[in-house]
Amino acid sequence: MKMNRFQTLTIACAVGWSLSSVAAHAEVDAHSRNLTASCAACHGTNGHSVGGAPVLAGMDKTFFVNQMKDFKSGARPATVMHHHAKGYSDEEFEKMAGFYAAQKR
Amino acid sequence: MSLDRRDFLKLSAAGIMVGVFPGCATSGSEIVKKSGQRVVIVGGGFGGATAAKYIRMWGEEKIEVVLIERNALFVSCPMSNTVLGGSRTIDDLTQNYDTLKKKYGVKLVQGEVTAIDPQKQTVMLADGYLSYDRLIVAPGVDFMFDQIEGLSAKVAGESIPHAWKAGPQTVMLRKQLEAMPDGGVFAISIPKAPYRCPPGPYERACQVAFYLKNNKPKSKVLILDANPDITSKKGLFTAAWKELYPGMVEYRPNAAVMKVDVAGKIAKTEFEDVKTDVLNIIPPMKAGMVANMAGVVGADNRWCAVDFLSYESKVQKNIHVIGDSVAAALPKSGHLATSQAKVCAAAIIELMQGRQPDTSPAIANTCYSMVSNNEAVHVAHVYRFNAEKKEMVAADGGGVSASRSEAEGSLANYWLKNILADVLL
Repeated sequence: MKMNRFQTLTIACAVGWSLSSVAAHAEVDAHSRNLTASCAACHGTNGHSVGGAPVLAGMDKTFFVNQMKDFKSGARPATVMHHHAKGYSDEEFEKMAGFYAAQKR
Repeated sequence: MSLDRRDFLKLSAAGIMVGVFPGCATSGSEIVKKSGQRVVIVGGGFGGATAAKYIRMWGEEKIEVVLIERNALFVSCPMSNTVLGGSRTIDDLTQNYDTLKKKYGVKLVQGEVTAIDPQKQTVMLADGYLSYDRLIVAPGVDFMFDQIEGLSAKVAGESIPHAWKAGPQTVMLRKQLEAMPDGGVFAISIPKAPYRCPPGPYERACQVAFYLKNNKPKSKVLILDANPDITSKKGLFTAAWKELYPGMVEYRPNAAVMKVDVAGKIAKTEFEDVKTDVLNIIPPMKAGMVANMAGVVGADNRWCAVDFLSYESKVQKNIHVIGDSVAAALPKSGHLATSQAKVCAAAIIELMQGRQPDTSPAIANTCYSMVSNNEAVHVAHVYRFNAEKKEMVAADGGGVSASRSEAEGSLANYWLKNILADVLL
């Protein structure tokens, strides 16, 4: 049986492995994690905003990607985010989304 | 070895003793006994403190981190101009390092580094030494007082503050404004770029004008800029001066201050002598002195060249440099210091496990300037590693605010809250 990472993780939980935050982070590759790291100035460490900017931790992957694409195209008006979204590729949006979706809210 | 302690300090301050007297660097005892793979970080500002937290967090607490900082408390330079405008106090910007110690297990050493031995991989302090596997140098900037005749660290501390490191000088400058007569002249002198926080001096002009408009409306804000033009957010700042503080702010380009009459508070440029009531001279800057001790300062004798995949020095193995000291086509901002710190932290974790660092780092910078008590403007860019140039290059699409707004003023305040939490909590 070929499982994706999420299924592996789910089964790991189900069989009662202790799921430390370390194990959860290990599910997301370092490059995806690194890409999101500079967002923390406004959106908090690992997307846990302490006010103002939205909490990104635990955000639905598709929702995140669509928002970023809309900031990039201008479909969603922004004060600041269009300046950031235009600097990243769609593939990078997917990677960032994967990292944030894996963070506990 | 016939050097006395004073000579030793002099030599190390001049940065010329590195590696020459390795025997000195390990005298005394080790301040914190090394317990495994260790990173020592010198400087607990935005860059250094972030690196400490992220190496512990991302490294699954397997790497020992010792953070050396000379001050007991962290004071944020970003937003410290609002202390001059009056919407914040210096206490609002002051934090401690407790959470880094308790939550992340960072070992904090309060003290001043006196020498670094890159061969023996040791950092010397007054009361002993620390050995490292990798060293991160994050000293921020030091000031080149000798570039302006009459100016010195002493003068800056007593009567003509730079207030370009948040703390006592920020408070002094605010007090000088409070004591200034209505109708007086406040002058700010800006050094040639690169310097820490490109929009900072223009933001300061706004904050001082905000205070004066409400308290001493006949007064004047004079900007003496060594640069040929406003270096950041030009349209937004000129609009703010014209519309919010009409007739109060005057901007003079190509006006490098060469000499200062301390007693008379007179700033002398090539063209004129400017008599002021409150004089704020921001001197030219270079990498903090610790960078000289580590032998990582370049031929310009100012900034440090690094490999942008790891922030490892191009001239000293196992020594990394982050933040304002780095020679780069990046603005010297608090946000970028934290972003560089994270690239460096991730790279060190990989390197310590025998792997290679991430080959395509992309980092972001968002920088707000408060143009009044509640309105702000921003500049934001993404910077990507360019493998051909081996440099960080601004990606397309970055830019500045369409106009100043209270909405951005609110975002700016939340930016501070979030970035301080990211660095220290």
